[in-house]
Amino acid sequence: METRNLVKRFGSFVANDRLNLQIGKGEIHAILGENGAGKSTLMNMLSGLLTPDEGEIIYKGRPVRFGSPREAMESGIGMVHQHFMLIPALTVAENVILGMKQGSGPWYRHTKACEDIKRISHSFGLDVDPEKRVSELSVGQQQRVEIVKTLYRGAEFIIMDEPTAVLTPPEVEDLFRVLRSLKAQGKTIVFISHKLKEVEAICDRVTVLRAGQLAASSAMTDSNAAELARVMVGRDIAPPAARPPLEGRAELLSVSGLSCRLSGVQVLQDLSLDLREGEILGIAGVDGNGQRELCEALMGLSAGQVSGSIRVRGEPVAKPHPRAMTEAGVGYIPEDRHREGLMLPMSIGENLIAKEYRKPTFSRWFTLSRKRIRQAAKAAVEDYRIKTPSIDHAVSKLSGGNQQKVILARELMLRPKVLLAMQPTRGMDVGAADDVHQRLLAERKDGCGILLVSTELEEVFALADRIAVMYKGRIVHTVDRAEADMELIGLRMAGL
Amino acid sequence: MPGNKLAARAVTVSIETLFYLIAIAVSLLAGALVMAAAGVSPWEAYQLIWKGAAGSSGALKETLVKATPLLFAGLSYTFAYRCGLFNIGAEGQIYIGALMGTMSALLLPSMPIYIHLPLALFCGLLGGALWGGIAGALKVGRGASEIINTIMLNYVAIFLISYMVTGPMKEAGGSLPQSASLPDSAVLPQLLGSRLHYGFFLAILTAIIIYWVLERTTWGYQIRSAGYNKRAAEVMGMPVKRNMLLVMMVSGSLAGLGGYVEIAGVQHRLMQNFSPGFGYDGIAVALLGNTHPIGNVLSALLFGGMRSGANAMQRVTGASTSLVYVIQAIMIIVMVCNRYWLGGTKKRLREWLIRKLDKTTGTIEAGAAGSLEI
Repeated sequence: METRNLVKRFGSFVANDRLNLQIGKGEIHAILGENGAGKSTLMNMLSGLLTPDEGEIIYKGRPVRFGSPREAMESGIGMVHQHFMLIPALTVAENVILGMKQGSGPWYRHTKACEDIKRISHSFGLDVDPEKRVSELSVGQQQRVEIVKTLYRGAEFIIMDEPTAVLTPPEVEDLFRVLRSLKAQGKTIVFISHKLKEVEAICDRVTVLRAGQLAASSAMTDSNAAELARVMVGRDIAPPAARPPLEGRAELLSVSGLSCRLSGVQVLQDLSLDLREGEILGIAGVDGNGQRELCEALMGLSAGQVSGSIRVRGEPVAKPHPRAMTEAGVGYIPEDRHREGLMLPMSIGENLIAKEYRKPTFSRWFTLSRKRIRQAAKAAVEDYRIKTPSIDHAVSKLSGGNQQKVILARELMLRPKVLLAMQPTRGMDVGAADDVHQRLLAERKDGCGILLVSTELEEVFALADRIAVMYKGRIVHTVDRAEADMELIGLRMAGL
Repeated sequence: MPGNKLAARAVTVSIETLFYLIAIAVSLLAGALVMAAAGVSPWEAYQLIWKGAAGSSGALKETLVKATPLLFAGLSYTFAYRCGLFNIGAEGQIYIGALMGTMSALLLPSMPIYIHLPLALFCGLLGGALWGGIAGALKVGRGASEIINTIMLNYVAIFLISYMVTGPMKEAGGSLPQSASLPDSAVLPQLLGSRLHYGFFLAILTAIIIYWVLERTTWGYQIRSAGYNKRAAEVMGMPVKRNMLLVMMVSGSLAGLGGYVEIAGVQHRLMQNFSPGFGYDGIAVALLGNTHPIGNVLSALLFGGMRSGANAMQRVTGASTSLVYVIQAIMIIVMVCNRYWLGGTKKRLREWLIRKLDKTTGTIEAGAAGSLEI
């Protein structure tokens, strides 16, 4: 596969500018780049979702032009999207077959489909049960179904868009095992990511895009993570420096005996923690061990039965409610920014005021001040370097990292005393994640106590003053960062 | 550069207008085919419809009269829709509003008009709020779908009114299923001897108030937030459940007010089946008006005009008014296609135009018009 001078424009914006790219057969090729660098545009052209404005794509020595994903698929190019394209109510086999002809005639041959799927999944070490409904599968398993789907359609060339973004560390290991076995059998894989560690671990060659242009392309053996990060961002990313602990700190948040039952499952068990002024308490743990339920219980958003006591700045909170917590000075960055953090069709300004619209700054006599809202939006766009065509644009038009900046701007506008930050950099590139980290550290310096929930251990280690490990709804291990041992924490996360 | 952004915006607006006009032209053309098939000369029929809708001051007034209940019903659907709720029950709310208004008009002791009329209008509003509130309370308290409940409450309301006007409220000594006629103190005054009554201006005023509430007030902001993302609104600490109940009540009250306005402005007495489906047509008005209060005014006028034009056509040619309903239905289908299917075409056209302009005038910010999803 090769591309020559590939150009794609949206209006007068050039998303891909004369890209020349060579991808050899049987290699795992990483495409790195920040959000908005043009990775998705490039991949959408390779997989037939978009057609290039200029230049050509050469596949197996012949120039090709795909009018649709189906045409690309017929040539053997398959794509695994970041957000899976599966129908939860159908079985694995039905999902794999969907939209395909199976031999001749209009019938769906269930047994044959299941056999084929078993055979394919077996030969690549993908363990999927074709009879199961997709809704019963874990995220990692669903991703395997997506891979099987492309293989079943005869893909030789598989494009994977940020495949690890949704996976837990053990699932990532599994995925890598599968990728190696695909490679061993001569499949070519394009691996889009912005996680350098993973690229380093699995890829043979790496291509870096920056602002729509090719910034570098080299064999992985000739490069290293630090250099790639520099090329990708266009500046040096220094790891956050060690910080002196603050003395004489008051207690901001104290939780004791917090339990929560959600549809018959004990999701939190007798959990206690405390958070002091100017401290970042990192909650480490594999996704789904009660982190989400902890934050929801603290914010009064839990659908389950919650018991235990919560004190904010010494004041007991009898019945937590999002507004009461906001008024008590607690900010909250929810895990799922699309579902819980933003009203996507609204503008930046209208999203910024979502917690403060009642205050005299933004409304008087129940009437919103449009001027003040625009001013706040303008200030946030400048202050947080939010990339947007104009401040009146809907938040849905922003990239994920910029959307997260809108949320961060909103929460920090409240001048919170306590900040619950759940996965604040999930799905963000190195540069944008670094911006978020710097903001959090600045808040800490001002005396804010931050509860940082992250499934990325490195992030916890980089930011936290103390680290607590959650496992099955309990805190099983708490340690100062200075004395923390990554290996021990890894074991505790696994419940050992 | 604001000038360029303005130019890009002008391109967007003109493309939208162009497609709207094409959509109307296409539906009129399709309507012409239907008319020809029914043996009516389309050219003659359209002339008659136009004359009947806007050909004279009398025709215009008739259009406004017909538009009034449609506008109230459209606003009712719009208000709930913006909160993410589907109020299919405007029809029933219209009937209950008419019932409550009529009862207060007939049963209260005689009063001057400046007290009695507002009171009766308020009772109509209250009736609609009650009917919408039942569905709202079921939704908030029990999670029951407001769509199903409002539809079912329509039947309850329609049959309740049938019972009332054939039983307890039947005009003394009369034989028709209708109430006694309203006292003058509860009737909306008419303008200069025509059928046009002050209810139309009340409807326009209501549209402006609804626009203001939705777009400019903190409460409207909460409603829109919940409409776009209910869960996020909850996480932000907004009172989503309380608002859902209130919105259903306000939505119902708009339809209820429309119901009594129709009685007090046009019929002057409560009758069986006085609404030929205003509540359901209101949904079409709201969708055609882009669920925007001011858009509702325009689409209600269009629909009102077609109604009064249809009557004129029937009087002259004898062709059934149903033909106009066919055109109206085609129009809705075409508009929906325009909105949901042609997005890509419009986007490409916009990009092409902007590139063209780009070459002639220098630079133009594509970002202001096109969406950049990279």
